[in-house]
Amino acid sequence: MALPEGAQETMTAAPVLRRRTVADREDLLGRILLTPALLYVLLLVGVPFVLAILLSFSRATSGSLAFSWAGLQNFAAVISDPQFRRALQNTVLFTVVSQVLVVVLATSAALVVDALLVGKRVVRFLILLPWAAPVSLAAMAWTWIFDSTFSVVNWTLKVAGLLKGWFYWFGDPTLAMIAIITVHVWRMFPFATVIVLAGRTAIPQDVSEQAMIDGAGFWRKLFQVELPLLLPIVAVAVLFGMVFTSTDLSIVWLLTRGGPYNSTHVLASLAFQRGILGADLGQGAAIALFLLPVLVIVAVAMLRLARRVEVGV
Amino acid sequence: MRLRRLSRVVKQGALYLSALAFTVFAVFPFYWMFLTAFKQNRDLYVGATDLRHIPWIFNDPPTLEHVKLLFGGTPYLTWVGNTVYIGALVVLITVVFAVPAGYSLARLTGAWGERMGIGIFLTYLIPPTLLFIPFSRVISVFGLQNSPWALVLVYPTFTIPFCTWLMMGFFRSIPKDLEEQAMIDGYSRLSVILKVVFPLAISGILTVVIFAFTLVMQEFVYALTFISSVGRMTVSLGVPVALVRGDVFYWGSLMAACLITSVPIAVVYNLFIDRFISGLTAGALKG
Repeated sequence: MALPEGAQETMTAAPVLRRRTVADREDLLGRILLTPALLYVLLLVGVPFVLAILLSFSRATSGSLAFSWAGLQNFAAVISDPQFRRALQNTVLFTVVSQVLVVVLATSAALVVDALLVGKRVVRFLILLPWAAPVSLAAMAWTWIFDSTFSVVNWTLKVAGLLKGWFYWFGDPTLAMIAIITVHVWRMFPFATVIVLAGRTAIPQDVSEQAMIDGAGFWRKLFQVELPLLLPIVAVAVLFGMVFTSTDLSIVWLLTRGGPYNSTHVLASLAFQRGILGADLGQGAAIALFLLPVLVIVAVAMLRLARRVEVGV
Repeated sequence: MRLRRLSRVVKQGALYLSALAFTVFAVFPFYWMFLTAFKQNRDLYVGATDLRHIPWIFNDPPTLEHVKLLFGGTPYLTWVGNTVYIGALVVLITVVFAVPAGYSLARLTGAWGERMGIGIFLTYLIPPTLLFIPFSRVISVFGLQNSPWALVLVYPTFTIPFCTWLMMGFFRSIPKDLEEQAMIDGYSRLSVILKVVFPLAISGILTVVIFAFTLVMQEFVYALTFISSVGRMTVSLGVPVALVRGDVFYWGSLMAACLITSVPIAVVYNLFIDRFISGLTAGALKG
């Protein structure tokens, strides 16, 4: 058993005096572990993001790889296009209306679920289904529910005596918009409910109890104690909801394809139609880029909110 | 006294009634999928103008015809196979990239890493609809149009940021003492990671696996942009786009597909939702 000279020494000294290697240099190790993920995101989110901006200033088509500068031409074409203005207007409308409804529904759903004595978990599970199901499949279910001939909604309204004529859901711009907003609300309110529920558990119970002891009634307690405390968490739900709703393509695409008469297009679906189906990448990119302000506002608001909550407001 | 009891009963009644209303609104489309999937055609295709025919119930005995057609006469199983294949690869890529990055952000990089972490989280807010147009360029440069590899390459752009964030939160919840003690005992940081942290992180990694996979199953926009031939589609693209005969949807089979695909995803998702939400809100509220 002849060990090479020095080997024994190293072995006995190992616990205390082992030489420091890369495996110990924490800053370096940290960078090595982080870099692959960072590079992936940089190359496949950062670069395409810059490319999205560049494309919007170019005459690129998906047929060729040529890349010629077009200045503000795409934007000028887009802004003077009534279809685009309609899409922009719809995006804002769908987002604002559905988020207002989502806030009201989600806050009340959360309060209701929290107050349940039995069946809380079951109700939460069922309410969450719309958010968990794949959006494209859920959209198909709604397409069938609003079918012009077989709509169960029409049947029920008729039987209840609330409908005299007939609703052609996807044949009329207003009805089509109501249908789209319904689906957005249906999909987003469960998500917001769960966020609010999670936020409520973080609110100390004694605040609410104290208000009760102080003699505050149900409504006063709700509006002056509970809701203000919930505000930051509701804000988080709304910010996410804004991003998910304003940038969504699948619901509009599967329900109406932007119809009837291009009246229900949103920025995302119009960008898809022009940029991918119409092969005009430049114009498609220019249209999609109008979503950017929303995202910037949301990102800034998130960071602000983070700071405010951190200092304990 | 009796009045007070009465008012309590009314209050409880109102509470459960409103809980029921929320539940019905949420569940109704799934009930509709279920009814449609198992109704006979003569029960299914009755115009809604016929007020005597109640569409909310089975008027004729239920049938398995649509389900049989879905499995035997449509490419549904091919789509499921494609989805599993793509999902498995995406999960693998995500775990390899996101787990080490999450640990690094939680323990090794300090304030610099904190800012990096927020940056990575914010990329989750950049939506597919902003990126699909430049991606279609990138994909055609790589010659990956209509190839599942396009999706394998692109899907990690949203799974990696989110899962890195989840893992960071998870690693922070493991007590530091364990690692410090192991290092005092003479382990290097790397062997601490492999021998102490990794076994403790298995449940966190499982969460990441589940989430990455469900995100892949739910994705629609990129699949719609990159995949054009029916045989290469994923479930969430093929079912809404290709289950048509000419201009007519096979509604029975289509709803069967929606039901069979959605319900397992929804159940699994539900089991892990608390982690998901705490990841999201921690991201937004604590930075």
